[in-house]
Amino acid sequence: MFESLSERLESAFKQLKGQGRITEINVASTLKEIRRALVDADVHYKIAKEFTDRVKEKALGAKVLQAVSPGQLMVKLVQDELTALMGGEAASLSLEQKPSVILVVGLQGSGKTTFSGKLAYFIRQKLHKSPLLVAADIYRPAAIEQLKVIGQQIQVPVFSEEGLPAVEIARKAVTEAKNRGYQVVIIDTAGRLAIDEAMMQEVADIKAAVNPEEILFVADAMTGQDAVNTAKAFHDRLAFTGVVLTKMDGDTRGGAALSIKYTIQKPIKFVSAGEKPDTLDVFYPERMAQRILGMGDIVSLVEKA
Amino acid sequence: QKTRDNLWSRLGKLFTGKSTIDDEWLDELEEALISADVGIDTTVEILNRLQQRAARERYRNSGELQQLLEQTILSLLPPVQHPAAVQPFQLPDNKRPYVILVVGVNGVGKTTTIGKLAYQYKQAGYQVLLGAADTFRAAAVDQLTIWSERAGVPLVKQAMGADPGAVAFDTVQSAIARNMDVAIIDTAGRLHNKKHLMDELGKIRRVISKKLPGAPHEVLLVLDGSTGQNALEQAKQFMAVTELTGLVVTKLDGTAKGGVVLAIAHQCQIPIRYIGLGEKITDLQPFDPESFVHSLFARDASV
Ligand SMILES: Nc1nc2c(ncn2[C@@H]2O[C@H](COP(=O)(O)OP(=O)(O)OP(=O)(O)O)[C@@H](O)[C@H]2O)c(=O)[nH]1
Ligand SMILES: Nc1nc2c(ncn2[C@@H]2O[C@H](COP(=O)(O)OP(=O)(O)OP(=O)(O)O)[C@@H](O)[C@H]2O)c(=O)[nH]1
Ligand SMILES: [Mg+2]
Ligand SMILES: [Mg+2]
Repeated sequence: MFESLSERLESAFKQLKGQGRITEINVASTLKEIRRALVDADVHYKIAKEFTDRVKEKALGAKVLQAVSPGQLMVKLVQDELTALMGGEAASLSLEQKPSVILVVGLQGSGKTTFSGKLAYFIRQKLHKSPLLVAADIYRPAAIEQLKVIGQQIQVPVFSEEGLPAVEIARKAVTEAKNRGYQVVIIDTAGRLAIDEAMMQEVADIKAAVNPEEILFVADAMTGQDAVNTAKAFHDRLAFTGVVLTKMDGDTRGGAALSIKYTIQKPIKFVSAGEKPDTLDVFYPERMAQRILGMGDIVSLVEKA
Repeated sequence: QKTRDNLWSRLGKLFTGKSTIDDEWLDELEEALISADVGIDTTVEILNRLQQRAARERYRNSGELQQLLEQTILSLLPPVQHPAAVQPFQLPDNKRPYVILVVGVNGVGKTTTIGKLAYQYKQAGYQVLLGAADTFRAAAVDQLTIWSERAGVPLVKQAMGADPGAVAFDTVQSAIARNMDVAIIDTAGRLHNKKHLMDELGKIRRVISKKLPGAPHEVLLVLDGSTGQNALEQAKQFMAVTELTGLVVTKLDGTAKGGVVLAIAHQCQIPIRYIGLGEKITDLQPFDPESFVHSLFARDASV
């Protein structure tokens, strides 16, 4: 896939080379290849189209300086635009309340429980606050046990209670945190489909019961075209405050990140890249932009051209 | 709640009153395929094949055109040769114990699928044994233990952190000793770009075949139906270390269509065996090509 993209871009850039100004005609095939690269990277096809239209607008008539080729100029335009879209400002957690409640939500298997553990670890190690983990997934076999094991590994207490609905567990946990002086309460919820009405109601009820300061939507970086629909459905229901991208240690281009950011306009707050507790990173828009575009190869191509 | 066949019937309506397919119709088809995660290369392949067939064969109405389209997509899928694929949940007579190894990246639904498979084989009258060779992920053994209880089948396990090859060996040995019909072995989720984890999988496989020549008889790669183009890379890398015999596509009860498996089935010639349609023990179905093709075009009204 990367090979053929490189080849296609090479010929597209050749067409731009040696021309002093970017015009409707000489930019067309480059934009088409960039759009294709975005869709190959799992960016939603409509967003890929809108994105390249935006780039085109900026590019048209742009004067090419002596020093750079039109190809280089195009790459810079694309990269800047994508970086800007991914979110300029560094997003941090809001932890003002006492205690601060963080609700962790998302599809099945996206990495919520693992992330909850990592976040607790991060909050204690880096922010020097005391976290309490809450096992509010009462459905998945051994979900509570899973969180307990993680809690033990990082030595963070885990609140759980057999036989109670998830909403009650969350409510009790917050009370417990108040009584015992925990500063941050992290609620791990069950994975759910956005079209599962009963389950979406449950998480909306949890939100209403504990009034979380942060609601983090956990998305698998490998997600395809459906990322937009799912993120939108979760956001419509919960108005989440941030996004977490998981499994970034894989080799996916991660176009879902752009789709989600573009549609929801909420910051990507963390990037999860591994199964161990310390594999949590803050989000770098520029890195993500390069990754989605496979910029490594594009930049080297322009240098060749 | 889902409105099935929405885009499908839209394609039909869009053609009605015309005699040949035009650019508008092809654009619509292209969008439908791309948004189902079929991927650009495979979408182009489908469009080309369809146009070639359409030039040769007669189609008088939207129904006949849609039939051509369906056949064109189905022609990408490899023919089913595996006996167990022809007769789902029926084991070939001459292989006992029949060993199934289940692999895939993290969180796709391996353990859940094993619970469902165990239930189906048990229902079909077989003696089933599970092997808990994911000794890494927190509470993985506990999770499989619960599934074994739900399915009513025994389980071989060791302590967390034990060598997964040793658990696989134990499972096969125990299946032989206890005259089991089928042993299904769970493995830890691993990303296909992590060499040491992929090597470990190769080792698990070799341990199994050493204990029982010819085994594992099936190696199922589980793919999350909401995964995009990266699934193709997953299939290639897992194929390189474990010689896959089939694919399982999970979470198709959601709004994602799992179209990338068309590309995988086509490029890698691996048959799709089962689809996962929920979290209950009964939510596993043998792959049905026709209904899968139709569901690619389903649009979910609620989202
Ligand atoms: N390689 C890698 N694996 C991850 C990452 N985050 C989570 N995982 C793995 O993905 C799998 C699923 O993670 P969980 O944390 O159980 O996911 P979940 O969203 O809680 O799943 P449900 O509760 O079943 O919905 C596990 O095998 C995790 O170890 C990551 O960033 N990288
Ligand atoms: N909606 C839906 N959820 C599913 C399906 N199959 C599995 N799941 C859910 O997906 C999540 C992950 O499933 P697991 O079986 O733990 O996945 P796994 O591949 O074993 O995960 P690791 O061992 O951590 O790599 C769980 O919450 C399952 O209930 C399915 O077909 N539909
Ligand atoms: Mg979980
Ligand atoms: Mg598992």
